[in-house]
Amino acid sequence: MMKSRGWVVYPLLIISSLLLFFPIVYAFLVSFMSGTDVMNRSFLPSIWNWSNYERVFETVPLMRYLMNSFIVSTGVMLGQLVVCAFAAYAFAFIPFKGRNAVFLLFISTLMIPWEAAMIPNFLTIQAFGWMNSYLSMTVPFFALAFGTFLLRQHFKTVPHELMEAADIEGLSKFATFYKVVLPYCRTSLVTLGIYGFLTTWNMYLWPLLVTTNDEKRTVQIGLKQLQTVEVATDWGVVMAGVIIVIIPTLLLLFIGQKQLQKGLTQGALK
Amino acid sequence: MSSSSVTVVEERILQYGRKEKLSWWGKTKNFRTAMLYLFPSILLFSIFLFYPMLRTVYLSFFLTDAQGVASLFVGFENFAYILQSSVFRKSMVSTLLFVLYTVPSSVIIALFLALLANEKLRGIGFFRTILSSTMGMSVAASAVIWLFLFHPTVGILNSFLNIIGISSIPWLLDPQWALISIAITTVWMNTGFAFLVILGGLQNIDQHLYENAEIDGAKYRYQLRRITLPMLSPTLFFIITITFINSFQSFGQVDILTQGGPAEATNLIVYAIYRDAFINYQFGTASAQALILFILVFGLTILQFKFGEKRVHYQ
Repeated sequence: MMKSRGWVVYPLLIISSLLLFFPIVYAFLVSFMSGTDVMNRSFLPSIWNWSNYERVFETVPLMRYLMNSFIVSTGVMLGQLVVCAFAAYAFAFIPFKGRNAVFLLFISTLMIPWEAAMIPNFLTIQAFGWMNSYLSMTVPFFALAFGTFLLRQHFKTVPHELMEAADIEGLSKFATFYKVVLPYCRTSLVTLGIYGFLTTWNMYLWPLLVTTNDEKRTVQIGLKQLQTVEVATDWGVVMAGVIIVIIPTLLLLFIGQKQLQKGLTQGALK
Repeated sequence: MSSSSVTVVEERILQYGRKEKLSWWGKTKNFRTAMLYLFPSILLFSIFLFYPMLRTVYLSFFLTDAQGVASLFVGFENFAYILQSSVFRKSMVSTLLFVLYTVPSSVIIALFLALLANEKLRGIGFFRTILSSTMGMSVAASAVIWLFLFHPTVGILNSFLNIIGISSIPWLLDPQWALISIAITTVWMNTGFAFLVILGGLQNIDQHLYENAEIDGAKYRYQLRRITLPMLSPTLFFIITITFINSFQSFGQVDILTQGGPAEATNLIVYAIYRDAFINYQFGTASAQALILFILVFGLTILQFKFGEKRVHYQ
């Protein structure tokens, strides 16, 4: 029924995709350019060479930053999955007194912008001795109302028969949780996992506050550093850094796009 | 067999709370189990969200030393001070202007793209991937790319403008243009996520509605106005709220593109808080500003919930 509109839609799609994707494509092209190419505002590199990618690792300890970001993002992803799945299980399957009150408590966390709490949080992290530590960049983000609601929504679709069978088998609540519910809800666990990794990898303000040396710094702060160190000299090197930093998240997004879209619309609206 | 089925029955009874003569310990079994599962979340929320929020309120009534220790109670003086300070007022004006620049354009662009990408055409999956790509872009990477595009000597944006006969724009150098530049960067970054959410909303609309309209011979524009937009309104309202809140929280693009300048034109509220607290060590006034940010976001979220509840009725 919509085929006849193809001749209008295709050109519009192509133009918008080009416009939207241009900055990323251009960053990719510049990452292969020499200094003179950049100065001439060339669109394509005159010679394609990898030297910018070699140099970026010499300019800042990018390998170290990548590893830090990877550790922190994986840490938050796993922590979030565990903490949110526990909470979601309680909301979905245990009819306890005060459930509405606790639910409201979770909802109220959505109304507090994280930046409004960052000053005391910074002081807390200092008091804990967590400056320049992976702990400060992971633990505070384990609990997540959005993630809890997302999982709860899916947990509730577990068939009654399955839960009853587990009951008759004599499985404890905890065994039911990890032997029946979690395997059944794999897909939303993956969705939340992707979401957690993506958002943590891209985090900027908090790592900026709690890291003061190269040891634990993440790639995002590395980019800022790269840009301030290299800006006057070589944009090719800076863009090589940008491309290296965005590749993991873009790949993750392309692979998990369908899942993420489904999860976001379900979890976000309920 | 009998013993295990007895425990199953007992479990059931506990779960539904029908048996009257249970001890207090037995009656609260579910509560205790639930709390065990909820404990990690509640603990973390308390330490890293509720407590700091209260402490922000507390700090906003005090003068503090450089370590953030409250030293002198000043009541509402911090608020009086920031409300009179020209820096804060300018920051509020910039923030509101910024929100005005970013929210409507982000949503309209994303809606337009989502309508295009919702057509069932060959290769549409590829376009959907490309159009959602900015969602995977970090604020730092995006800002560095746009810093380059806006650059006065090597930036390619001005080259394009020159080609089509428009003179160069002083993107990040002029106070008014700087705010617009940051807004452009932000809209670009917002598009991917907003697109994905709106596309999801579009795909949730019952296809039968269109089929019926098609039979009646309704035109595309009519369908858009009478079916798509009304059915999409909850999603749209949701994404408007989220974009609003995100705009208020913008920080990274300011830090990398302008550092709040030129002439403080891009000193958006979170950047102002950051500067007060972590560069000037004025934790009291920074907390007062943080509280104002909280009130803004709080109000918007309440609105979203109110509307979100209504939505149930017309589905």
